[in-house]
Amino acid sequence: MNIAVCLKQVPDTSEVRINPKTNTLMREGIPSIINPYDVHALEEALTIRDRLGGRVTVLTMGPPQATDSLRKAISYGADHAILLTDRAFAGSDTLATSYILAGALGRLMDREPLDLIFCGKQAIDGDTAQVGPGIASRLGWPLLTYVTKIDGIDPTNQVFQVQRKIEVGREVVRCRLPALVTVVKEINEIRYAPLPDLIRAAHYPVEVWTNADLGLDASQLGLKGSPTWVNKISTPPMREKGEVLAGSDVAPAETARILADKLIPHIVVPNR
Amino acid sequence: MTAKKKKSPKAPPSAFTEKTVPPITDNPERSDTKAHEQIPLESIEAPKNLPAHGIWVYIEQLQGEVAPVSWELMGVGRQLADKLNCPLSGVLLGHDIQPLTELAFQYGADTLYAIDDPMLKPYTNECHSIALVQLCQAHHPEILLIGATTTGRDLSGSVATALRTGLTADCTQLDVDVDNRKLLQTRPAFGGNILATILCRDRWPQMATVRPRVFSKPEKQPERSGAVVWSDLGLDPSKTVMEVVERILDERTEGYLDEADIIVAGGRGLGSKDNFKLVEKLAQAIGGMIGASRPAVESGWAPYSHQVGQTGLTVRPKLYIAAGISGAIQHLVGMQNSDVIVAINKDPDAPIFRVATYGIVGDAATLLPAITQELGARMHGAPLGTERQL
Repeated sequence: MNIAVCLKQVPDTSEVRINPKTNTLMREGIPSIINPYDVHALEEALTIRDRLGGRVTVLTMGPPQATDSLRKAISYGADHAILLTDRAFAGSDTLATSYILAGALGRLMDREPLDLIFCGKQAIDGDTAQVGPGIASRLGWPLLTYVTKIDGIDPTNQVFQVQRKIEVGREVVRCRLPALVTVVKEINEIRYAPLPDLIRAAHYPVEVWTNADLGLDASQLGLKGSPTWVNKISTPPMREKGEVLAGSDVAPAETARILADKLIPHIVVPNR
Repeated sequence: MTAKKKKSPKAPPSAFTEKTVPPITDNPERSDTKAHEQIPLESIEAPKNLPAHGIWVYIEQLQGEVAPVSWELMGVGRQLADKLNCPLSGVLLGHDIQPLTELAFQYGADTLYAIDDPMLKPYTNECHSIALVQLCQAHHPEILLIGATTTGRDLSGSVATALRTGLTADCTQLDVDVDNRKLLQTRPAFGGNILATILCRDRWPQMATVRPRVFSKPEKQPERSGAVVWSDLGLDPSKTVMEVVERILDERTEGYLDEADIIVAGGRGLGSKDNFKLVEKLAQAIGGMIGASRPAVESGWAPYSHQVGQTGLTVRPKLYIAAGISGAIQHLVGMQNSDVIVAINKDPDAPIFRVATYGIVGDAATLLPAITQELGARMHGAPLGTERQL
């Protein structure tokens, strides 16, 4: 069971703060992490490998600093790590990114067959949930998104079964292998990396692929290959200033009466 | 309510229990090379000067029920189509969908492109993306709008890649640049801290997914009608690679939070699970549903299905009462489009007051019982106004 996991190194957006005076992002000193959903993707891949054998290869596209995330993945137990880095890749939107990742996965498959590709359901910095589906579409592989559980894998018959989240509940889907799966956090709990793996990770020779290795069509890479572009950045519009009804010096019953005067018209009018 | 399909005869269910999954061994018959050959990595250039024309809305339906976001998109799509002076069309995929066709016109579509095929029921990424790609290639829409539901996001990424076009996820505002015929796609970025307006260059259709409940549903016009353009899927059922074995729908006895007209939501400021019950009492008294901030859900005071915000639901009720919620940006992006917002919080500087229509500085746990009593008494016998839109 050979599995590839696509990782993205992202700023820890829970740490992003807004400068209240300038309304700009304060990005200085924000640590980089592996996109949290991708960690669950990796964990699931490792669990399957431990059960069925095979290799787990992690890939990421990014600047050389993204090696940190790959080493982290090695420390969790990944067998091999590949960094996709090239100036030509910079500024890629999701269409170009999926082209590059699919190209790299294709090259990996020249070396070893893959049965599954795992991605997180989306990255916390972009929140697009588009690269996983994009890779599957490029490879012509079946796609299963929002997967909450892998029920079972039957490598002999090249088929597996998952549960996935849908808007109104969940569904059980049976699918051919190979396939691409995107996972949600509920799928598993992350284990801690044991010490020997931490030591191995620190010295692990991460493989680096540039476009010279991949030989992709330059017109489909980076800004040039990205149909979408950001035209404008703005701050969310503020609602009209509200009305303070009562402070803490007013008795609760009185406050309730004042509020009810305001709300009753809204509550009893049935149409928007 | 489960929709069961016939089990595949080739792979009995027992093959999928953990115990019977055979350990992997070298298997010379593995068909990996075949999968690899399918990689269509060669450049597929979008044809230049496509006669791209018209705005399309994907009408998402599950077992004959249309997702409300589809009609919300029909509403905003109508406005954009009028600005661009082009037709507005719906796209409907499924099986036995004839009864839904007239709804598309009643909510504003001029034309409906539809495929009725047993393979399109239930939804699978495989068949629905092939169907939608086929229709786009046959009719060249200029703009394609899809609801940012799990299904919509599953579908849109596949379709946009197959068509080699741009896709903007989770938009909260849409407009058009009439001169350049560009869709202005605005979405929150960095957890809602900023808004980015994104354009798509020289590729069609310009594709966007749009969060539910950011646009209001248009009035139904029963007298409107239009032409349905039926197409064939033309797929061989024996060639499909995925099958929905079972569908387990959530049991929701109280309706959908994102369709509620009144929501009473509680946050960490309530202090305890017991105090969170005060939220439930107020909701009950005024015919509302319960919402919760992420900290409240993480504390186990309310289930995740009630979480409002960036990582939960976006809601747009007529009345949103936030009790003990400070108003982190991640929460605000999920509820700031509510018509009337009441904020009750001890901290007068809490960000929730920036979006509140009415603010009360005070302890929510103390105030909620009084508000429950007052509103409950005054509403006794009055219509509750809680009828949900269809």
